[in-house]
Amino acid sequence: MDAVLLVDLAFIIEKLLLVVIVVSASLVVAMYSTYAERKVAAFMQDRVGPNRAGPFGILQPLADGLKLFMKEEIIPNVSNRTLFILGPCLAMLTAMMTSAIIPWGSKIEAFGTTIELQIADVNIGILYIFGVVSMGVYGMMIGGWASNNKFSLLAAIRGASQIISYELAMGLSLIALLMLTGTLSLKTIVEQQMAPGHLWNVAYQPLGFLLFLVCSFAECNRTPFDLPEAESELNFGYHQEYSSMKLGFYLFAEYINMFISSAVMATLFFGGYDIPFLDESTLPVNLAAGLGVVAFLLKIVCFIFFFMWVRWTIPRFRYDQLMHLGWKIMIPLALLNMLLTGGVILWLAK
Amino acid sequence: MEALTNRVKVLERKPMTAIERGYLWEIFRGMLITFRHMFKKKPTVRYPEQKRTFSPVFRGLHVLNRDEEGRERCTACGLCALACPAEAITMEAAERLPGEEHLYREEKYAAKYEINMLRCIFCGLCEEACPKDAVYLTETFAPANFQRDTFIYNKKDLLIPDPVTDPEGFKKARGTRYGSPEVK
Repeated sequence: MDAVLLVDLAFIIEKLLLVVIVVSASLVVAMYSTYAERKVAAFMQDRVGPNRAGPFGILQPLADGLKLFMKEEIIPNVSNRTLFILGPCLAMLTAMMTSAIIPWGSKIEAFGTTIELQIADVNIGILYIFGVVSMGVYGMMIGGWASNNKFSLLAAIRGASQIISYELAMGLSLIALLMLTGTLSLKTIVEQQMAPGHLWNVAYQPLGFLLFLVCSFAECNRTPFDLPEAESELNFGYHQEYSSMKLGFYLFAEYINMFISSAVMATLFFGGYDIPFLDESTLPVNLAAGLGVVAFLLKIVCFIFFFMWVRWTIPRFRYDQLMHLGWKIMIPLALLNMLLTGGVILWLAK
Repeated sequence: MEALTNRVKVLERKPMTAIERGYLWEIFRGMLITFRHMFKKKPTVRYPEQKRTFSPVFRGLHVLNRDEEGRERCTACGLCALACPAEAITMEAAERLPGEEHLYREEKYAAKYEINMLRCIFCGLCEEACPKDAVYLTETFAPANFQRDTFIYNKKDLLIPDPVTDPEGFKKARGTRYGSPEVK
C-alpha cells in the first residue's frame, strides 16, 4: 500500500470517528433534552417532574424511547405511503446534517497527528447551515401532506410560511455579522473571537443577536412560534397521524434542531469554544481543547435552558401576530441593523 | 341598560404603554416570574414513599372489630345495612353453636358480611348505626385494582387481626382513629 493511500485511509477513519462521536453525542443530548424539558417545565410549575425511572428519573428518556419503539406502527391507508415514511426521515436527516460543520473544539494532538475537532471546515459554513436548515421544512411539509389529513396539511402550510418568513430576517441579521467577520467559515469566526483584545460578537452585534435568537426560535418551531404543532388548535399538527418511532423521529428532530441552533448561536455570537478571561495559547494543546469543548457544551446547555425557559413562560402567537412580527418588525430591524453596521464599518475605515 | 345591582365594575381598558407594546421587557418580566418559581418549595407528596397525614375524622376502609379476647363483636343485627345510603352492605346471620363462645361474643353472628367498596361512599353512617362497636372506618383507603369483584370485601378482608394472637397487627389495623375524641 503506498503512502498516499495510507494517509487517505487515516483521514477517512479520523473523520468517521468524529462523525460517529458527534452524531451519537447529539442523539444523547437530544434524549436528555426531553428529560430536561420535562424537569424544567415541572420546576417552573412547582412540580417535581419525572422521578420514578432511576434516581431522579434519569432513565426516563430510555423508558420513553423504549415505549415509542414498542408502540404499534400505524400508516393511514389513505396516506401516500412513500412520502409518509420519507417525512420523518428527512426531518431527522436534516437535523443531524447541520452538526457537520460546527467547530466543537480547537484541535488535539494524538498518535503523532493533529486532529481538528470539526468534521468539515467548509469555507461557506454558514451558507451550508442555511441550506440544510431550510431543507428541514420539507420533513414537516411532506409529513403533513402525506398524512392526508386537513389538520396536518394546515400545520404543514403554517410551518412552511413561518419558516420562509423568519429565514429572511435570520439571513439579514447574519449579513451584518458577516460584514464584521468578513468570512463564512465558522472556525475562522470562532478564532477571531478568541483573539486577545477582541470581544465576543454579541458585544458588537447585540441587535443582530436578538434577531437571530428570535428567528431560531421560529426555525425550531419552539414556543412562542410552535404554530405548526399547536396542540390546542391543530391536534399536534403535522405529526398527528404518526405513531411509534416515526413520531419519535419528529419529536427527536425538534430537540436535535434545538441543540444545533444553540451550538450555532454559541459559535457565532458567544465565542464558540472560547473560554472567557483565559488565554488558551498558554495551556497545553490537548488540555485547551478539552476545556474548550467543555466551555462550548456549557454555552449550549445554557441556550437549551433558555429555549425551555421561554417555552414555559410565554404563550403561542396568533398567526397574524406571527406574520406581523416577522415581516413588519423583524425584517425592518434586521435591515436597520445591517445599515448601521455597514455605516459604522465605513466610518471606522476612514 | 341600567345596572341591576351596585356590584357592577366598569372595566378600564387603557391602551398599552410603549414598554408594554415593545413586548421584550414584558417577556423578561414573565421569565423572571417563572425563574423564581423554580426555587419554590414543591407541594408534591411522593405518594408510595410519603403519605399525607389524614385529619382525625378521616374515613377510610371498614374493619370488623373484635373485643379484647379476640371475639367478633358483630351480631348481624343489620342496622349498618339499613343505615347505608349506598346499599353497599349485605350480611347473613347465623346462630352461635355451643363451643363457639371463644369466637363470637353474642349468640348470633354474621356468617357472611360483605361491603361493596365501589358502592360505598365512606359516609360512616354504618359506624354510627352499629350498637356493638363492631364496624368502623379506619385510616386505610381502598387500593386500586383491575377487577371489579376484588372490591367486594368479604369477612376475611374486613376482620381485624386477633388481639390475642397478633396484638401488633390488631393495633395497626385499628389505627389512631378508634376511640379518639373527635370521632366519638
